[in-house]
Amino acid sequence: MTRDLNDLKFALDAATPAPDAARKRDNIALAQQNFAALQGSANAARPTSENGPNALWTGVKTMLNTLTSKGGLSATTALVAVGFLYVSPIGQDLMRNAPDLTIAETDIAAKTAGTTQAREIEADALQREAPQPRSQSLDDLSNDDSGASGLAANGRPMPEPSARTQAPAGLSLAAPDIDHAQMAAPMPADLEILTLNNTESFANMAANPVKITSQEPVSTFSIDVDTASYAVVRSSLQNGALPPRDAVRIEEMINYFPYDYAGPEADEAPFRPGVSLMPTPWNAGTQLLHIAVQGRMPAVADRPPLNLVFLIDTSGSMADANKLPLLKQSFRLMLDNLRPQDQVAIVEYAGSAGQVLAPTSASDRSTILKAIQSLGAGGSTNGQGGLEQAYAVAASMAEDGEVSRILLATDGDFNVGINGPDALTTYIADQRDSGTYLSVLGFGRGNLNDATMQVLAQNGNGIAAYIDTLSEAQKVLVDQLTGALFPIAGDVKVQVEFNPAIIAEYRLIGYETRSLRREDFNNDAVDAGDLGAGHTVTALYEITPVGSAAQLSDPLRYAPPEGVQNNTEFGVLKLRYKEPGADVSQLIELPISGSETADSEARFAAAIAGFGQLLRGSNYLGDWNYAQAIDLANANRGADDFGYRTQAVQLMRLAQSLADK
Amino acid sequence: MRMETTDEDLAFAAASGDGAAFASLLDRHYNRLFAFCFRLTGTRTEAEDLTQDICAALPAKLQSYQRRAKLTTWLYRVAVNAAHDRRRRIATYTKATTGWGNWEIDRNAAAEEDAVKQDWLTTAMGCLNDDLRDTLALVLDDMTHAQAADILGVSEGTISWRMSEAKKRLKEFKAKEDMA
Repeated sequence: MTRDLNDLKFALDAATPAPDAARKRDNIALAQQNFAALQGSANAARPTSENGPNALWTGVKTMLNTLTSKGGLSATTALVAVGFLYVSPIGQDLMRNAPDLTIAETDIAAKTAGTTQAREIEADALQREAPQPRSQSLDDLSNDDSGASGLAANGRPMPEPSARTQAPAGLSLAAPDIDHAQMAAPMPADLEILTLNNTESFANMAANPVKITSQEPVSTFSIDVDTASYAVVRSSLQNGALPPRDAVRIEEMINYFPYDYAGPEADEAPFRPGVSLMPTPWNAGTQLLHIAVQGRMPAVADRPPLNLVFLIDTSGSMADANKLPLLKQSFRLMLDNLRPQDQVAIVEYAGSAGQVLAPTSASDRSTILKAIQSLGAGGSTNGQGGLEQAYAVAASMAEDGEVSRILLATDGDFNVGINGPDALTTYIADQRDSGTYLSVLGFGRGNLNDATMQVLAQNGNGIAAYIDTLSEAQKVLVDQLTGALFPIAGDVKVQVEFNPAIIAEYRLIGYETRSLRREDFNNDAVDAGDLGAGHTVTALYEITPVGSAAQLSDPLRYAPPEGVQNNTEFGVLKLRYKEPGADVSQLIELPISGSETADSEARFAAAIAGFGQLLRGSNYLGDWNYAQAIDLANANRGADDFGYRTQAVQLMRLAQSLADK
Repeated sequence: MRMETTDEDLAFAAASGDGAAFASLLDRHYNRLFAFCFRLTGTRTEAEDLTQDICAALPAKLQSYQRRAKLTTWLYRVAVNAAHDRRRRIATYTKATTGWGNWEIDRNAAAEEDAVKQDWLTTAMGCLNDDLRDTLALVLDDMTHAQAADILGVSEGTISWRMSEAKKRLKEFKAKEDMA
């Protein structure tokens, strides 16, 4: 051995660190777990979930199997229990960890065929974990003799301003702010997420600060009808962990719920704005300004024919019960609500990318169901052209007067074949202008790339929704089908100008990722959120009247607020929107007199806003706590036909007990 | 001295379902495996992750373990293959995520800073390509050329050639470093 080699050996020996004790323990535990699984002893050893859906089902099944005539009473009880599970949203949620309950027998058989399979999937998922960046740069060093740095080779830096004008909320700007450690926040109760590397990322920004009206009287933002954040929060809480703070986007939580606002008259704009005021629940010295927008709900029978292209991620990671199987069920639910004039096509992207189902009339149910059932997860995400193909299929289906939309269903492996966010967003935006919209449905947790979902849906003028249970699928794909699929107003922007003579300070609650610059409001080239048929949008400002004890900033001694001293209006609400397909925006103005009082719908929104701020650890809430949020929400539950609000109260209770720990 | 069960016996017992044998085998070799992974990858975090990959897959792999191979040789082969898989995966991922936002760029930049800190060792290893590095790691771990050839599935001559190539590159690197 030459001296060089000895040098290297010596240096390597010296540099070789001792293995990390915790990692060693984990790795050995993982190996032993896999070892045990391989021996077929997993059935005995594996604990059932404490949420108990499997246990419950097994119990009911055993009871039915061993039923005697004396067991009649038990049987009726069981039937009621099963009915409860199927019919009520709460029951649906109970089943959320066991979506395979209602899957076709074949799926159950496949699932029980052997734990080996399940383990293989886990190991497979393991292999797909995101690489650590260190090796990447090392590889660059070794492969790149020219000495080009890893940075230059891996990607050009993105110019910031273009991101800002492209995506209304500057979502790509949000990304670097996200603390890596926070994103990978462990979910103690979720074994899968705990053992696999968690590559979830969430788009969010620091909470909006208090603004001083005399300095910055105008606040501008884009509407947001996404609901993904609420579903992620719910899934975290139901798994027994508080959600990562950056996963909480308050506007999406508020807008998750349907509100009973007054709709527009027949000859008015496609939506009607409204404002109201109430005392702030968490601060006696301030008021909440509640802004409501209610979109028109056209009669379902009058809606134009619909061309739907399902673009489905069938990569190996989609095999989990809460991904592809849930997706299949969801689409079946949706199919029942389509009409014979509608057309459906299916494109999958995975190892075998391609068209699974040619455009088919929705009345041909058996063909479509067969195609959906034939989808199977496997292979890597190799989606070269998957998106292009979906758009090509959509283009071939399009006819005048029809609405085309692509529904991208994925668990976050956004390897969709177009490199780079710029190229991808430009591509989607071009397609949007040609009339095909894109909505994104997220499934499963673990490597959900929320930030990318947001960017895709925003640029595709669609919604981003996260589907974790069958009841959520019911809400997104059935109850709100019309709204999700038929836009009634595009690029809806909201601007509020406050009167500095009346309002000293204001704070917009949520909408951090949706803020726009003041001048963007009148610039029709700047993209903003779209409003679907029947959608409601709610925004809340916490406002501090001049002279209130709650004012955080001292009034200036030498520069008294100017303005129209004798005008007692609080401010003015301005909305801009485009008719679908139009290029020129229209303006709606609504003065805020200050005498509008809030109803229980607005108060419920306030309770949810408070809940969201509690989850984000906001420091504007004082002593206000979960108990008061629960009281406020309970008192304003309203009719709650679908049980969403009842569920929200349950989540608040869960969060309360988790926060007390 | 207490008689110790040989690695091969333990592996055989583990392959036929003896959990205790598997645990003891893993315990015996974990540190050595990790050190080898470190040599293959050059960074601690990468080594931890690679070790995890191997641990996860080991039970399944063990079923195909043939008694005629020495366990350490076999284990090294598993490790080298896992490292190859991992590099390939990273290359694919890098390609697929090129330009995926500032976040990725920041991560890369941070990783690069760390890499610089690893002084001349990383740089020295970095001037070798994957094949040379694998070979070097094995030979430096007191494997004979014949054993290394067996593990990597190449001829002994190839190993000798690679070693002389590695020495040549290291010498060049050293010369460059001395000049600087």
